[in-house]
Amino acid sequence: MGGSFVEFNLAEFLGILPEILLLLWSMVVLALDLVSGRSLKRRTLGMTAAIGMIVILVVAIAGRPAESQTILGGMIRNDLYTFVFRIIFIAAGALTCLVSIDFRSMRIGSEYYAIIIFTTIAMSLMAGANDLIMLFLATESSSLSLYLLAGFYRGNKLSAEAGMKYFIFGAVTSAVMLFGLSLFYGLSGGNTGYQAVARALLDPDLRVPVSFAALLVLVGFAFKTSAFPFHFWAPDVYQGAPTPVSGYISTASKAAGFAILMRFLFYTLPPGTSEASLTWAALMQPLAILTMVVGGLLALVQSNVKRMLAYSSVAQAGYILVGVTALAANQLNRADALAAVIFYIATYMLTNICAFAVVGLVSERVGGDDIQHFNGLGRRAPYLALGMTAALVSLLGAPPLVGFVAKLLVFAPAVGVNLIALVVIAIIMVLVSVVYYLNVVRAMYVERTEHDAQPFYVPAPTGAVVLLTAVAIVLLTVVSPPFWNLAVEAAQSFFPG
Amino acid sequence: MQNLLNGIPLWWYLAVSAALFCIGLYGALARKNAIALLMGVELMLNAANINLLAFWRYLAPTSSGGLAFAAFVLVIAAAEAAVGLALIIAVYRITRSIDPEKLDQMKL
Repeated sequence: MGGSFVEFNLAEFLGILPEILLLLWSMVVLALDLVSGRSLKRRTLGMTAAIGMIVILVVAIAGRPAESQTILGGMIRNDLYTFVFRIIFIAAGALTCLVSIDFRSMRIGSEYYAIIIFTTIAMSLMAGANDLIMLFLATESSSLSLYLLAGFYRGNKLSAEAGMKYFIFGAVTSAVMLFGLSLFYGLSGGNTGYQAVARALLDPDLRVPVSFAALLVLVGFAFKTSAFPFHFWAPDVYQGAPTPVSGYISTASKAAGFAILMRFLFYTLPPGTSEASLTWAALMQPLAILTMVVGGLLALVQSNVKRMLAYSSVAQAGYILVGVTALAANQLNRADALAAVIFYIATYMLTNICAFAVVGLVSERVGGDDIQHFNGLGRRAPYLALGMTAALVSLLGAPPLVGFVAKLLVFAPAVGVNLIALVVIAIIMVLVSVVYYLNVVRAMYVERTEHDAQPFYVPAPTGAVVLLTAVAIVLLTVVSPPFWNLAVEAAQSFFPG
Repeated sequence: MQNLLNGIPLWWYLAVSAALFCIGLYGALARKNAIALLMGVELMLNAANINLLAFWRYLAPTSSGGLAFAAFVLVIAAAEAAVGLALIIAVYRITRSIDPEKLDQMKL
């Protein structure tokens, strides 16, 4: 930490302007509720939060960093990688606020929206973290906010249980991660910045202790990304948490977990530079396989759609890990492999937000989120069912939709570095996933109920979210080149030189 | 005092913190009471803090990184306890129990 820490620097200020604006906006949302004496409609509060986040999203896009720089005394690295993930998080937050408006039974106040904004700030700092202290602070702030959101449905047994289970898993894994970080601090001779830590860890004598410390830190990341063997919380939390929150945890929180995992591992222990880096690189492949297989097989036997989507999101984390494995094994086309992972995460965010928006509306209107509650949705709400079908088919990775492009891009680098067995297992799990994804589609279009004739009212905010994300899922296949190019540029900024 | 400190090798501190970490982890995994679980987590966090401060004192006493890290860990631990207790109270109001193993509304 140099002396420049205290001086005001416009470039540094602009580097975290979106986060500053988000913080101010969360205060505005909180104050609005108090100033109005809690008389404002919940709908107004939700719209205020969402519109503010959309404006800040525009500001964040306009503030695209021209060059990579480390700011705030080396705490944050503001590059295109941070930029892309920041956009993913703010977009996911805004969409979650919109969907939450129609979640009437929860009777949410301004604090709910404020906590969503806090989480978005923490996640965007996670993507930029370039220092062990910032890594821990950002990860913990996002986790603490998410525990509260998961248990937000006051008086609801399942939601309280979800919050508590999420907290128990999160508190223990993050304490293990912190112990690993404290070892990193010591092993690097008292450094916290990633670059300084990386230089100190090149020492071959440190192989065993560094591998051990990396293992402890991986525990925390595996929890955040719901990777095997720390995925146990996912089904219970997704099922019990308010549905918009489940959508948010399964997309933004997982994306943030991968963002910080890749930055930490590739910056402090670059593969191929030291023996310790080989340890984690070797761990990635079994982790990817187990995560895909466990998530995919358990998704098959679920009767609750939220639980099915939870195990599906575990399987999806496995597919992303396939990309990370390829990235760790690849020394030549690293930018392409990383761009594929970023592109996959972005499209997965759109798809899963769409799916959870529909599930939330169905559980509000029909009174549950089991598969039989989706019966006849294709006749009662054709557009909603179409949106859900688009999301599920894209999660599956069938050709016309963007999920197919994303899967192709993320598996291709693994083939390029001869990880054939890994890709074969991934493709088998994709084929297995046909069963559980299309099971919901079958319920919507084939099954009949006595309510088939009753119309199904789709409120505007959720309808808009489903429409927007579903159109994006369909159109992104055609117009993906600019987004792919952005992902490649972000990947290039991640690997300087 | 200064002599006493110089006589203690770094690994003594690390041994204490490793023991504290293991006790905390055992407590967090084995106790059937959410409050005791929280106490176990606090022990684990403090074990990391002992590490951080020992490493700071022995390896980099001139930089402020380790001190700042430890201070932030304290803040996070306090916030975590507040959030955890709030969730425990929410569960207790509904189920009249704080045994995590009794949270079994949701099953495979």
